Amino acid sequence: MAEQKQKLVVVGNGMAPGRALEHLLELAPDAYEIVIFNAEPRVNYDRIMLSPVLSGEKEFEEIIIHGDGWYIKHGITLYKGHKVVNIDREAKTVTSDAGTTESYDKLLIATGSVPFILPLPGKDLPGVLTYRDLDDVNAMLLAAQSRAKAIVIGGGLLGLEAAAGLASRGMEVTVLHVMPTLMERQLDPAAGYLLEKAVEARGIKVITKANTKEIIGDGKVEGVLLADGTTLPADLVVMAVGIRPNGNLAKDAGLEVNRGIVTNAGMRTSDPDIYSIGECAEVGGQCYGLVAPLYEMARVVAAQLAGDLSAAFVHSETPTKLKVTGINLFSVGDLGEGDDRQEIVLRDAAAGVYKRLVLKDNRIIGTVLYGETSDGAWFHDLTKKRTDISEMRETLIFGQSYQGGSPLDPMAAVAALPDDAEICGCNGICKGKITGAITSKGLTSLDDVRAHTKASASCGSCTGLVEQLLTLTLGDKYNPSAVTPMCGCTDLGHDDVRRLIKAKGLKSIPAVMQELEWKTSCGCAKCRPALNYYLVADWPDEYADDYQSRFINERVHANIQKDGTYSVVPRMWGGMTTSSELRAIADVVDKFEIPAVKVTGGQRIDMLGVKKEDLPAVWADLGKAGFVSGQAYAKGLRTVKTCVGSDWCRFGTQDSTGLGIRIEKFMWGSWTPAKLKMGVSGCPRNCAEATCKDIGIICVDSGYEIHFAGAAGLDIKGTEVLGLVKTEDEALEHVVALTQMYREQARYLERIYKWAKRVGLDEIRRQIMTDAEKRKGFFDRFVFSQKFAQVDPWSERVSGVDKHEFKPMATIGYAQAAE
Amino acid sequence: MSDWIAIGSINDIPRRGARCVMTPQGRIAVFRTMEDQVFAIDDHCPHKGGPLSQGIVHGASVTCPLHNWVISLETGKALGADEGSVRTIPLKLDGDSILAHLETTSVAAE
Repeated sequence: MAEQKQKLVVVGNGMAPGRALEHLLELAPDAYEIVIFNAEPRVNYDRIMLSPVLSGEKEFEEIIIHGDGWYIKHGITLYKGHKVVNIDREAKTVTSDAGTTESYDKLLIATGSVPFILPLPGKDLPGVLTYRDLDDVNAMLLAAQSRAKAIVIGGGLLGLEAAAGLASRGMEVTVLHVMPTLMERQLDPAAGYLLEKAVEARGIKVITKANTKEIIGDGKVEGVLLADGTTLPADLVVMAVGIRPNGNLAKDAGLEVNRGIVTNAGMRTSDPDIYSIGECAEVGGQCYGLVAPLYEMARVVAAQLAGDLSAAFVHSETPTKLKVTGINLFSVGDLGEGDDRQEIVLRDAAAGVYKRLVLKDNRIIGTVLYGETSDGAWFHDLTKKRTDISEMRETLIFGQSYQGGSPLDPMAAVAALPDDAEICGCNGICKGKITGAITSKGLTSLDDVRAHTKASASCGSCTGLVEQLLTLTLGDKYNPSAVTPMCGCTDLGHDDVRRLIKAKGLKSIPAVMQELEWKTSCGCAKCRPALNYYLVADWPDEYADDYQSRFINERVHANIQKDGTYSVVPRMWGGMTTSSELRAIADVVDKFEIPAVKVTGGQRIDMLGVKKEDLPAVWADLGKAGFVSGQAYAKGLRTVKTCVGSDWCRFGTQDSTGLGIRIEKFMWGSWTPAKLKMGVSGCPRNCAEATCKDIGIICVDSGYEIHFAGAAGLDIKGTEVLGLVKTEDEALEHVVALTQMYREQARYLERIYKWAKRVGLDEIRRQIMTDAEKRKGFFDRFVFSQKFAQVDPWSERVSGVDKHEFKPMATIGYAQAAE
Repeated sequence: MSDWIAIGSINDIPRRGARCVMTPQGRIAVFRTMEDQVFAIDDHCPHKGGPLSQGIVHGASVTCPLHNWVISLETGKALGADEGSVRTIPLKLDGDSILAHLETTSVAAE
């Protein structure tokens, strides 16, 4: 019989204990029965990434480290929302505020830290927040909806990230900092000044040497009073002035607590059965707040718990990086001045670059990089190795690529790094470990590397380096599919661009290119139409459609043909027509000598070979007969194909023709990521071929079966069933809501079946069929955008819009040329 | 023989757009960039003859509407992996007025 397992109880479920358990399960998977108490009502997530959640660049789901499944898979009991209030060291039990008691053989305390609250009058007013966990972020997001004024007290790492996040959510933000320059603990004054300018350039006001005296307000926050008498109005005050190790529980239990919970190098507290790691622990007389040393503690405690009593924590310097998109900053080591020290400084004001190395005895002891930080890892490596730099001193500041080898090739720089050079600072992963894992485990993607080595899995700032290592190791076999950039003009993928357009409120193509740092001055034929679509879709009322960024067909509202002529397809609602419409088409064909007329697969008539100059006149004649553009050229609603339904057919169950016409009249003119074709069949015999359309409806006796995600082009695919609804009104509402969801989420040129595969059919069914509120929201947004979209482009052009498109600027005759 | 012939005003062309000019030697496409530079090339893609004047203009290049070849407006050469080129026509600006340097010898002979 197996030996009785020991029981390990963990108090706290942050990043440090999460990592410790991963190591422990790897080293000794069966040694312990594990129980976790988490004061937060959720699973373990990446706290470092709260700032991107606040700014809207990431969703909470993206920063979860261990989902519920992980705990189940490892047989771990997780008490969510349980705060441990008592440790009984005699009985070896812990008890939570909900009254749950668990006994332990070994106890791991990882209670983290609490934000430091300035003891100011008014600190308890509603509207005064700290910045620590997801609840704080949610509270800030709620406050940001009112688009009001926010004050952030504290110009350190957290304060600036909070300020940038709130500003990108539309708040008017002021940062108050008590010292003369920002982030003075990590930066020298020159870099602090550059940072201040960059922060202000984002519309955030910075007041340094600001001594807060009082938070004022009656019943809620109304402002802040400074010591110099200035009053600043505010609807939200965020205190980000630092953290304090949370040792209360340990102290109450009689453990030795100094600034933090005192441990030896093996992370053991004064009680041999109790360990402590994370921000609450004090090891070697120091408390830590950055993730790298905390993960080191996690490694040590896991080894100790697995029986390796020699594992010991060793202090190391950790670089600081600021996670504010567009501000690059790196700082590590000792930046103080002194007689025994020298420095090398590089400034490029125009490029916003500042680099400073502090040297002592020909070795780098401190590094500050601002604006251009790619050599940070290399400088840090030289510090850690205590490399004598006198040989390369002349060119040292220019970075690694200037030392010997070919300059300015980032791949060469990465290739030149030694195997023990640290790539991922957060997790302490060196180059050799990454390349080794790529080769031995056959890794091919960034996600693989993250899963196997943890490199780039925390703050993500080394992602570029890891990708270069993948390229270096795999050569052409590496396909960075994790994020395929939109085009060569940017490194961002479509999804990131869409999210950032929304989060940053970007409302023009130049604004997108400026804010998201496009590499080209005005984009290319791939990104411009995509951006134009995203902006039309996101800001239907405010964005002015940029016709020069539309493909020619959408610019002149006809389909270009191989000889440069155009084809013209008027709308025939639901495929129905009349003798007078047909007569008008016949007359137009004769009058303009149109060479070909064809019936299309979407139940309408195509006139092919129209000269561009004739288009407005052709449209004028068609318009007189009541025709509007069929948008047969658009990434938008094309046709709604129907059968004759209950009007004529002996099998028809519902009025499929009528419903098709109703849908087409409701939805025409709408732009979508790719073309959108629909069909409505009056019975399951499906004469309108609705089950290979983007969206299809099959009428049945009991109502309307809604289908979607079919394809009958490059790919052939039958539709999936969305669900069954009873009435025609419901059918319309569901189809419209589905279309809007697709419009808001899909990538440009992505057909609905590809989008659905990516998002998941169940998720789409949940949002459209089950969640009535979501469905209503989608429907309302579609209806709103139609107010600006349902304008017939042909009649607009007949009345003179874009005249220049349809005639030559000049005709140089023989006579004129000969003059 | 050749001459500078006025073909229109820069204001007749939208930024990041093009207009056509019919000449005795065929249709040429006259482009205006975001930065108000003007260029003229034959309106005929070296690939399959697509009307380059109908393409999307980005930087000093245009993407053909038929098969997405990218043509440099400055040199008339295809960019990227494609090979081919079209004739460029010298232009100059006189105030807002665009002058094109057009061949007239063939005309005179007629």
